[in-house]
Amino acid sequence: MRSDIFFLICLVVGCALYGGVVVLGNDYIFFAGYVVLQYVVLATAWNILGGYCGYVNFGSAAFFALGAYSTVAFYRFYPLPIPILVLIGAVVSGAVGLMMGYLTLRLRGAFFAIATLALAVVLETLVVNWDYVGGSRGAYIVRPETIAPFGPYIRYLFMIMLLVAIGAVTVARLIERSQLGYGFATIRDDELAAEALGVPTLRLKLIATAISGGLMGMAGAPFPYYIGYLQPATTFGLDYTVNSIAMPMIGGTTSWVGPLVGAVLLGSLQQIATVTISSAINLLIVGLLLVGFVIVAPNGIVGLVHRYIQHRPDDFVGRRRVGGEATGETTGSVP
Amino acid sequence: MIFSFDLLINALVSGILIGGFYAAVTSGVSLSFGILDIVNIAHPAFIVLGSYVVYALNSSLGLDPILASIIVTPAFYALGAAIYQIYYVSFEKRGQESLRGLAFFFGLLFITEVTLVLYFGVDYRYVEASYIGPTWHFGPLDIPLRILVPSLVSLLLIAALQLTLTKTFVGRAIMAVAQDQLALRLMAVDPIRIKRIAFGISIATASLAGAFLIIIQPVEPSVGREYIGRVFAICVLGGMGSLPGTLIAAFLVGVVESLTATFYGPSWAPAVSFGFLLLTLAVRPAGILGR
Repeated sequence: MRSDIFFLICLVVGCALYGGVVVLGNDYIFFAGYVVLQYVVLATAWNILGGYCGYVNFGSAAFFALGAYSTVAFYRFYPLPIPILVLIGAVVSGAVGLMMGYLTLRLRGAFFAIATLALAVVLETLVVNWDYVGGSRGAYIVRPETIAPFGPYIRYLFMIMLLVAIGAVTVARLIERSQLGYGFATIRDDELAAEALGVPTLRLKLIATAISGGLMGMAGAPFPYYIGYLQPATTFGLDYTVNSIAMPMIGGTTSWVGPLVGAVLLGSLQQIATVTISSAINLLIVGLLLVGFVIVAPNGIVGLVHRYIQHRPDDFVGRRRVGGEATGETTGSVP
Repeated sequence: MIFSFDLLINALVSGILIGGFYAAVTSGVSLSFGILDIVNIAHPAFIVLGSYVVYALNSSLGLDPILASIIVTPAFYALGAAIYQIYYVSFEKRGQESLRGLAFFFGLLFITEVTLVLYFGVDYRYVEASYIGPTWHFGPLDIPLRILVPSLVSLLLIAALQLTLTKTFVGRAIMAVAQDQLALRLMAVDPIRIKRIAFGISIATASLAGAFLIIIQPVEPSVGREYIGRVFAICVLGGMGSLPGTLIAAFLVGVVESLTATFYGPSWAPAVSFGFLLLTLAVRPAGILGR
C-alpha cells in the first residue's frame, strides 16, 4: 500500500474515532484516550531507534519532558498555539537526541543506553535548578475552558494528539519500507558487517535518534496543557520510560504494527487498572508483562500472531514438508 | 561566597570518604558489566533491596546493619546466580542480549522498585547503630562516623574482591572468561558456571553496599535511580573490569561531587557524574586503567 493512501486511511480511522468518542458524549474518554494516544506516539518513537536499529533508549521520559518544558518556557514568554509548540518540542528534543547520539553512538550499544539513563537525571537536575520554568515547585499552565470549533478544551488536545499519533505511525511505516529502514535493519542485525559493506551506520543512527527524540518531544509538548500543573518528578518519572519500552516489546518490535498494538492494549489496560485497582499495582503489571514477554515471546504479540498464521496451513500440508521452517521468525519481508 | 579553607578541607575529606562508598556500590557493576559484559542496570535496585533487607533485620532483631548484610550475602548470591541462569537461557544463548537483555534488566529494576513501594511504602527508612551519630573532630575537620565506617568496610570489600580475582582459581577463571571463553573451555572449565558464580558475587556485593547506603543516608525505594548514572560513570571512567581503576574513579567522582555540592549547591551534584560519563566516552572510552 502506498504511504499517502495509508495516511488517508489513518485520517479516516482517526476521524471515525474522534466522532465515535464525541457521540459517546463522555469527556472522561477524551482524557483517557489522550493518554493512550500519547503512549502510541512514545512507543512508536522508541521503536524507530530501539526496534529498527536495536539501540535501547532509556531516556524516553527525558525527551518527553524536554517537549513539555519547552512548552512551559515558551508559554511564560508568549502563549503560542499548541500546534506550533508541538513543532518546537520536536526540534528541541530532536536536537538534544542528535547531540547525545553524536557523543555516544560511536561506541557499543550499551554505552548509549546508559548515557540516555543518565541524561534523564541530568535534565531533571537542570529543570529543578531553573526557576524560569518553575524549578522544583513546578509550573502552572492555565488551560482555557473551551475552544471555538471543538467545545471543551480536552477535545482540542485529543485531536492534536490524534494527529501526532497518526503522523508518528505513518512516519514509522514510511521508514520501514524505505532505504532508510533497510539501513536501520542492517545495523540491528550486524553492525560490523553493515559498516564493512559501506552502510553509513553512524549517520543512520543519528537520523534515527533525531527522529525518535523529536517524536517523543512532540508527545510531550501538549502535556502541560493536559495536566495543568507540571512538576519535574512526575514529568521525568520512570513510568514513561518503562511504558515506552514495554509497549513495543509486548506488541512486537519489527514493524510499525507492534508499538501500536502494544500501546493501545497496555495503555487501555492501565487506564482501566488505574481506575479500578491502584496505580502502583498497575505499574507492577507493566513490569511483569515486560519481563514475561521478553523471555517467553521475544517477537511480541505480532510475532505470536505471525507464527499462528504461518503454522495453520501446515496442518493441511503438514507431513509432506519434512524440514519445516528453519528459524520460526521472519521480519515480514520474506514471502 | 568567601572562600573558606575549612570548607575546602571538609569537602575534600568527605568526598574521599563518599568515594570509598561509591567504590563498593560500583564493584558489583565492575564485575557484571566490566568483566562479564552483562549490562545489569538493575544493580542499584538490588542495592536498595539490600538496604531494605538490612532495615528489616535491624528494626526487628536489632542486628548491626553491616553484620546483617554479611549474613544475607548467601541469599543475594543465590538470587544473582538464579538471575544469571534465566538471563543465559533466555538471552545470551539466543544472542539477543543487546536489546531484550537490557529490557529484561530494566523490567527487573522496575519490578523491584514497585514491589518495595507496595510493601514498605514510600517513606524514608533508616537503621540504628552505635556509630550512627557521633562525629570525630580534628581541629577544623569533622569526620562523621556514619560515613567513615562504611567507607573503611568498602575498602576492605574491594581489597577482598581484588585478592579473590587475582589469587584464587575461580577469580582467575572469572578474569579469563572475559577474555576467551573457548580457551577456558579447553582448560575443562565450564564458562557458564564461572559466569554464574561471578554474577552471584556481583549481586552479593549489593547487599553490603545496601547496608552502607542505609547507614549513610535514609533510603526510599526510588533512591537507586540516582545511582544508575553514577555507578556506570565510575565503572566506565575507571576502565572496564578494573577494580583498582574503579577505586580511583570513585574517589575522583566523590571529591568532585562533594566540591560541587559545597560550592555550588547540592542540587547540582547529580550532573557531575553525567559530565564525567560523557567526557570519558567522548575522550577516552577505555577509562583510566582500561585494558
